[in-house]
Amino acid sequence: MKISIASGKGGTGKTLVATNIAVSLASSGSGCVTVADCDVEEPNAYLFFPQRTLLVREECSVPVPVIDETKCTHCGKCSEVCAYHALAVLPKIVLIFPELCHGCGACTIICPEKAVSETTRSMGEIFRAESSNLEIIWGELALGEARTTPLIKAVKERAGDENVIVDCPPGTSCSLVESVRGTDFCLLVTEPTPFGLYDLDIALRVLEKMNIPRAVLVNKSGMGDRKVYEYLEKKKIPLLMEIPLDRKIAELYSRGETFVEEMPGWKAKFAGMVRQIEEMIS
Amino acid sequence: MKQIAVVSGKGGTGKTSLVASLAALAHGRAVYADCDVDAPDLHLILQPKVIERREFFGIKRAFIDSEKCTQCGSCQDACRFAAIVDFQVNPAICEGCGVCKLVCPADAVKMSESLAGYAYLSDTRFGPLVHAELFPGEEASGKLVAMVREIAREQAAMRKLDLILIDGSPGIGCPVIASLTGVDLALVVTEPTITGEHDLERILDVAGHFGIKTAVCINKYDLNPEGSGRIEDLCRERAIMVAGRLPFHSSVVEAMVAGLAVAEMGGPVALAITDMWNVLKEQH
Repeated sequence: MKISIASGKGGTGKTLVATNIAVSLASSGSGCVTVADCDVEEPNAYLFFPQRTLLVREECSVPVPVIDETKCTHCGKCSEVCAYHALAVLPKIVLIFPELCHGCGACTIICPEKAVSETTRSMGEIFRAESSNLEIIWGELALGEARTTPLIKAVKERAGDENVIVDCPPGTSCSLVESVRGTDFCLLVTEPTPFGLYDLDIALRVLEKMNIPRAVLVNKSGMGDRKVYEYLEKKKIPLLMEIPLDRKIAELYSRGETFVEEMPGWKAKFAGMVRQIEEMIS
Repeated sequence: MKQIAVVSGKGGTGKTSLVASLAALAHGRAVYADCDVDAPDLHLILQPKVIERREFFGIKRAFIDSEKCTQCGSCQDACRFAAIVDFQVNPAICEGCGVCKLVCPADAVKMSESLAGYAYLSDTRFGPLVHAELFPGEEASGKLVAMVREIAREQAAMRKLDLILIDGSPGIGCPVIASLTGVDLALVVTEPTITGEHDLERILDVAGHFGIKTAVCINKYDLNPEGSGRIEDLCRERAIMVAGRLPFHSSVVEAMVAGLAVAEMGGPVALAITDMWNVLKEQH
């Protein structure tokens, strides 16, 4: 089973929940658990496993065009066909802007002189590490890169299908869609504040559109107001867990520790929640 | 005209609460732009009255006319994004490149753009706000950010206001780059947690990559004095000014629930934000 942890709003506790679920599952005799960190812009989950051993570090390569200037007649067709403005044809040279290129191959297909071929370039790195019976896979977008989806796809491909917890990026657009796609269930982490509720509503609409089974976890409960609870009741969306606003949890998190190790009563709660999710989708 | 973008790397460090307070302090002298188009929250505090709505069209997407389609499979073979299955385009996967249209021998593919959201120009108690709504799951948030900033520049020029305050999104990718290009200052909000520190370095590197001047604001600095110390050291090494140190205080959430800016509520965080605002005004 693959469970994605998402939120809409940033900083609601996605990574906190993803890492603590993973640790709880791994110590409940469920075999090896994989954390797939798809927040490739700011990957953080691995920071909570300081004892990790790095197994693999590889480049994430995407295709990009190269122009053979000896064949090119500077007709401009490649630039016209490019939906991403990644090519500019000047009278004597073709300029390529690799960060804008989606690697679709349209320029190669259209060129009447067969002057366009493709090479690859790195747009980030993929890491795989282990820490006792946990596997952590994450992607790290190279600085200045705008597109995240190829790297998110690469992270998910490497994570397999069994016992996978996907830590998603914040937001509600293409990065979120790519991260939750193909997961069996999405747990949305929110906080009981007006900002948390507003963004939760948008994220829920994305999941509804994608037809992914979903439920909510309220983190930092006790702060803010009651509106998120009223909303969940009205929309009939299951609330699976509340994690209280607790100074000890916040301090452990701030130091990069998974709080279930220090507060072991929570391990059974997280493992129980995963069983509940299994029942919901079976 | 000066443009200041408030960004963070890590989400939830307090960008929007800070921008709302800076808006309260800049009162009537600036245009505000909510560039976190994925998860816009600034309007919850600024409570805008919409003056104008503009349509936003995202990327073009392919559609296959099943009557013309001969099911030859050329498009499925050529699509690099695996967006075509059983001679139908999945619009959630299509990136709008048009390769399917190029290779189709039966002229069965049309590219068309669809409404993907709106940009709004509004009035608020602190001055004009430009904000947006991106439909759930849409692409091209960077393009919508560019549209919001363009309207904000128009408004600033028209109303002779010399500051644009931008509320950015978390991360370092497409919408963040679109929020940062050409700004005079990126004010990076961080918090003293291991994840906050890690993400701060990445966003400072990105701002450096684009040659953008930065200043740092440490939010909840008193929650982890050791971590705050490491952030101060990092800023010193990189010769980046720490413009503000905001304490952890319940007034931030209380203000949010009341629909007010922290600066309107008063209290220790409001005072610290006012100090930071004065520092920034002196510097810029």
